[in-house]
Amino acid sequence: MPHPTTSEPPFTPALSGLRVLVTGGTSGLGLALVRELVRSGARVAFVARGGERVERLTRDLAGTHGIVGDVSAKSDIHQIALQALGELGGLDIVVNNASDLGPTPLALLGDTDCEDLERALATNLVGPFRLTKALLGALSASAREGRGAVILNVSSDAAINAYPTWGAYSASKAGLHHLSRIWDAELASEGIRVLSVDPGDMDTPMHALAVPDADPSTLKQPDVAAHELLERIVAALKSTTSDRGARKVGEIA
Amino acid sequence: MIAADRPVQRPATAKLLAVDSEGRFSHIARDHFVELLRAGDLIVANDAATLPASLPGVHVPTGKAIEARLAGWSGSTATDVSHFAAVIFGAGDYHTRTEHRLPPPPLAAGDRLLLGPLSATIVSTLGHPRLVSLELDGTWDAIWNGIARHGRPIQYAHIAEPLALWDVWTVLAGSPVAFEPPSAGFVLSWGIIEQLHQRGIQFATITHAAGISSTGDDELDKRLPLPEPYHIPEATADAIAAARARGARIVAIGTTVVRALEHAAGTEGVVRPGDGVATQRIDNTTHLTIVDAVLTGTHEPGTSHHDLLAAFATSATLSRIDRELEAHEYRTHEFGDSVFIERQARTP
Repeated sequence: MPHPTTSEPPFTPALSGLRVLVTGGTSGLGLALVRELVRSGARVAFVARGGERVERLTRDLAGTHGIVGDVSAKSDIHQIALQALGELGGLDIVVNNASDLGPTPLALLGDTDCEDLERALATNLVGPFRLTKALLGALSASAREGRGAVILNVSSDAAINAYPTWGAYSASKAGLHHLSRIWDAELASEGIRVLSVDPGDMDTPMHALAVPDADPSTLKQPDVAAHELLERIVAALKSTTSDRGARKVGEIA
Repeated sequence: MIAADRPVQRPATAKLLAVDSEGRFSHIARDHFVELLRAGDLIVANDAATLPASLPGVHVPTGKAIEARLAGWSGSTATDVSHFAAVIFGAGDYHTRTEHRLPPPPLAAGDRLLLGPLSATIVSTLGHPRLVSLELDGTWDAIWNGIARHGRPIQYAHIAEPLALWDVWTVLAGSPVAFEPPSAGFVLSWGIIEQLHQRGIQFATITHAAGISSTGDDELDKRLPLPEPYHIPEATADAIAAARARGARIVAIGTTVVRALEHAAGTEGVVRPGDGVATQRIDNTTHLTIVDAVLTGTHEPGTSHHDLLAAFATSATLSRIDRELEAHEYRTHEFGDSVFIERQARTP
């Protein structure tokens, strides 16, 4: 296996040929994920709300499938699922990365508008639930065919720790973290793994929105975090396709 | 029978009539259907997702409103999203019973259609004033986008509220290749699939591009089902071979699975993995070589789905089933009740 060096952008050969959907794919961590997936030879569809940015990135990264959609809207979910499944012919990996910070600037819970909390929940918790539900059939087909299937939900240390002013974001990410754990337990018998991973504090537009005066040199670069996430996915894929993982068709339980 | 007029995939009151290989009846609550299965049985379901295949628009030469219903794939696999067979109606929508729908304006090769964000050309007519071969403009991604934004699930007048893909995708829905839902699969939930695993019942899937079920025109309906591409994964072909080797039953969830598996088996009786196009009709002359039992909806006599059941049971048994479903007020159509029929031994 080729070793990524610091001078060359990292890539993950084990993902070559796999079909991947990334939400929030036009900026920050999502963009870094899309770029490394393309370098790794994966077949990639990505979702974002902004039509122009989606169009530009689709043009820049030949072979990718850009989908304009809002994961927080129930009526967009099947439009996204249909395009991703139609364009890729199925799906092996989903990364629920699109996130909403809640109120910006960050605010104490008592000062948080109800609508800001609802939007954070819709984007960070309900959206990934709905999208995963719509894609579960395709992911289970991939698992039954022995390719394995992985859902990675981008979490945060705020899902575990109680940081003042991070209430809306924290609560939604805590919900997503627990949803991921339950889904992982429920889907183990189908050969689908559901991961919840904290990528760490990164130098991204979203972090700048949350902590405008942060020193970028103390923050992780998104491409470093993206590579770590993809390595987690590869490890999970190996676990689902090993003998201990998915129940094989034709094998008596 | 009573029309099931609400889009609920697994109503708590759903009923199932089970008919064994001796033609004996039993009625059970449908969510207990796992009890009809035995350890070692192989259940095969269709994991096709359903396209939003109804595309309202305009016939450019006349300026008249139309509804195009994508009805079949033109190619040998369900991947070329530029080319479809389509049934064209005149103005109106699903609220009007299909048999009362206005005919389209006269259609000819070369006619342009505007379908919301999509545009298309009629490549040829297919031997009927309503059935055409269509070529959609644009890249495949642009076409997928247009279908996703503009299309609605095909639906019929017995359901008043507009359907969304949330209503018609089964829990297994994966590859979006079906034009109407493989609705026998509505019986499956992840909980039921878990029960199958726990009871040692095998589970596998195929992908079959279920076509349109009704056109409102008797002559055209006689041509249904149109050719339907299918895909049989290697794991499923292996599971079928293993089930047959150990003498286990193969149970199809839905008529589309029967059609695909029997087509793939051909005359040799061995299901091979890969792609195919089911072109055959299944009826009382068909000798089934793979499928031992089918779980399906309550089909009305005279439909191609009802004809297919004649491969499983004698015409005398089918008539008794029809009367039994009427007498017990079974509900029909895609969200209706179900029957489970074991193949009867044939008298030579």
